[in-house]
Amino acid sequence: MSRRRLERLLNLTMCLMATSRFLTVSQIGEMVDGYEPGESEEAREAFRRMFERDKQSLREIGIPVETGSDSAFSDELGYRIPRGDYALGEIPLDPDEFAALALAASLWSSEALAAPAASALRKLAAAGAPVRPAALRGPDPLAVASGPAAGFDAADGLGGLGSTDGFAGFEPRVDATEPAFEAVLAAVQARREVRFPYRRPGQTEDTERHLQPWGVLSWRGRWYLVGHDLNRQASRVFRLSRVTGPVRSVGPAEAFTVPPEVDLRAMVSATEPTEPTRTALLWVRRGCGHALRRHGRPAGPARAAAAERVGRLPGGDLLEVEFSDLERFARWAVGYGPDVVVLEPADLRGEVVRRLRATVAATAPPTPAAPPVARAAAVGTGPR
Amino acid sequence: MDRFSRLLALVPWLRAHPGVSLEDAASEFGITERQLRADLDLLFVCGLPGGAPGDLIDVSYSGDRVTVVDPQTLDRPLRLSADEAMALLVAARALTDVPGLTGREALDRAVRKVEEAVGHESARHVRVALDPHDEVLAVLQEAIRLRRRVRLRYLVWARDEMTEREVDPMRVLVRGGYWYLEGWCRRASAVRLFRLDRIDGRAGVDVLDVAAQPPPDATPRDTAEGVYQPGPDDIPVRLDLDPRARWVVDYYPVSQACDLPDGGVSVVLRVADLAWLSRLVLGLGELVREVEPASVAASVHEVAGRALAGYGDGTIG
Repeated sequence: MSRRRLERLLNLTMCLMATSRFLTVSQIGEMVDGYEPGESEEAREAFRRMFERDKQSLREIGIPVETGSDSAFSDELGYRIPRGDYALGEIPLDPDEFAALALAASLWSSEALAAPAASALRKLAAAGAPVRPAALRGPDPLAVASGPAAGFDAADGLGGLGSTDGFAGFEPRVDATEPAFEAVLAAVQARREVRFPYRRPGQTEDTERHLQPWGVLSWRGRWYLVGHDLNRQASRVFRLSRVTGPVRSVGPAEAFTVPPEVDLRAMVSATEPTEPTRTALLWVRRGCGHALRRHGRPAGPARAAAAERVGRLPGGDLLEVEFSDLERFARWAVGYGPDVVVLEPADLRGEVVRRLRATVAATAPPTPAAPPVARAAAVGTGPR
Repeated sequence: MDRFSRLLALVPWLRAHPGVSLEDAASEFGITERQLRADLDLLFVCGLPGGAPGDLIDVSYSGDRVTVVDPQTLDRPLRLSADEAMALLVAARALTDVPGLTGREALDRAVRKVEEAVGHESARHVRVALDPHDEVLAVLQEAIRLRRRVRLRYLVWARDEMTEREVDPMRVLVRGGYWYLEGWCRRASAVRLFRLDRIDGRAGVDVLDVAAQPPPDATPRDTAEGVYQPGPDDIPVRLDLDPRARWVVDYYPVSQACDLPDGGVSVVLRVADLAWLSRLVLGLGELVREVEPASVAASVHEVAGRALAGYGDGTIG
């Protein structure tokens, strides 16, 4: 934006704030430095177009430009900015409250969220939050860059923030690196429908989705989009990292209402495995399988007897562990290699054996008799 | 538009911080001192209709310090935009879920005040769930607050090894959805990150009656690029994966990924610990089609072979 236009917008803003009466377009043209309404019809028309654009710019950043008329005898509209509507209301924050918000703002590591959060903090500081500028430096008021006592002296070093001890040494950080994030967030805020290509795990083709976006949730480090899928006529959860192309907003803003009972977190976590339903019997080598041991319990005598059928099992413990998703549990158990053997149930055991055989085959050294199947032609696959 | 917003925000901010140095003000707004001076020069010629000296925004300098003498109508900041309110409130609400935060009470008060000013329902459709590991986190935060050493029972996942170590805690972090303790590990004599969910529960943390004393040169790791940082000895390993294993790209720090013609994907992982890679490959089973280099493939082959033997005659040695 040119310097001239910036000056004009500032002058326009201040002019409309200073007036209690509605100012007509021609009055604005006369008063505000930077407009040249001129004499000719052409010049006046150019001025009007310029004013329209400027008025739009003011509204885009949230300035409440009011339209109305003071005169009962004229229907010409005028404009003003009520100062009470323009200004951030009184938010009398104590230093510890401001520091808490500053820590919260430091949660965001992505510009799309960090920038508006920092801007909000500056406005709060400008509205009179009693904070010394030195304490405001950077988005991270409890930065630990000061060296050895990282996190220890942060509160002391910032003067005036001494009461925030509880935050010292605590640094949450949430990313939003998914390319789809900003477009989705904007659509959620505006309540506009979106269309996007999506690929579910295990699928090789994208499918086009058409959604009323209800909300976005960061859960376990990933962003999810929740909404009403218009093609499937049902609510659905999407992981943003699986959106494979641009997200297009379609149709008007405020096109739908979000059902009040929607619980983003409940919907997203419901896409995760359900409660444990079955019990596996495992042999776990002594000193190994720590995570399994935490989830499981020593097998009872009846179970242990059943294990005898499979064979003698020296040097380990029998463990019962509950699981729900066979595939996932097999993936977990087989990862322990020779340190864990699945004894029961048979389908889990079979699944583990199948995986082991596949790995043995895939990693077998090439022999002259059985040359390896030529790899699919891939480009740029890195070090060979 | 960004600069216009900044100009509007600058005046009341400077007004609230009379005599602030140009350096501090520029740093607060994330701009250079030169940009700040240009902003101030511009504001200096703007004001109310009339343009007489008393109608303009007035800024005075004293050395490198600046004061807004007359803000005209811009004495108060513009109300928060929807984006600003959302970014601040969503983050603050996420933190209010964190247990053991002794500053929690101040945060609650602050959130209430901001909500009152911008509307209680603001930004309810955006949420961050930090999923803290309550008990362990609360104990570690207490240890940090008291500057005490802790003894951890910590599972080294890659090697399936339960370790005991004494750590001088430095900070607790959340990165990529996981909680970590960063501290000076006295066993490794180095700064280490410990995932909270791999500490052996509440019983896995003892707060010792010893002052935490990280050496003066112990500095926190820069986690901007992620928690896992490739080391000089890491081996690049390529895995060719079935389409059903594409999720690996989302879950692990892959240094390269390229699509295969059938929808599969070829990824390169930088591997510090072969035991970790072996677990991954075994778990994926038939979804891994090829492993390179050959030496790594051979080592996984050997582990898988021994594991399979466990399902043979039933005798496990």
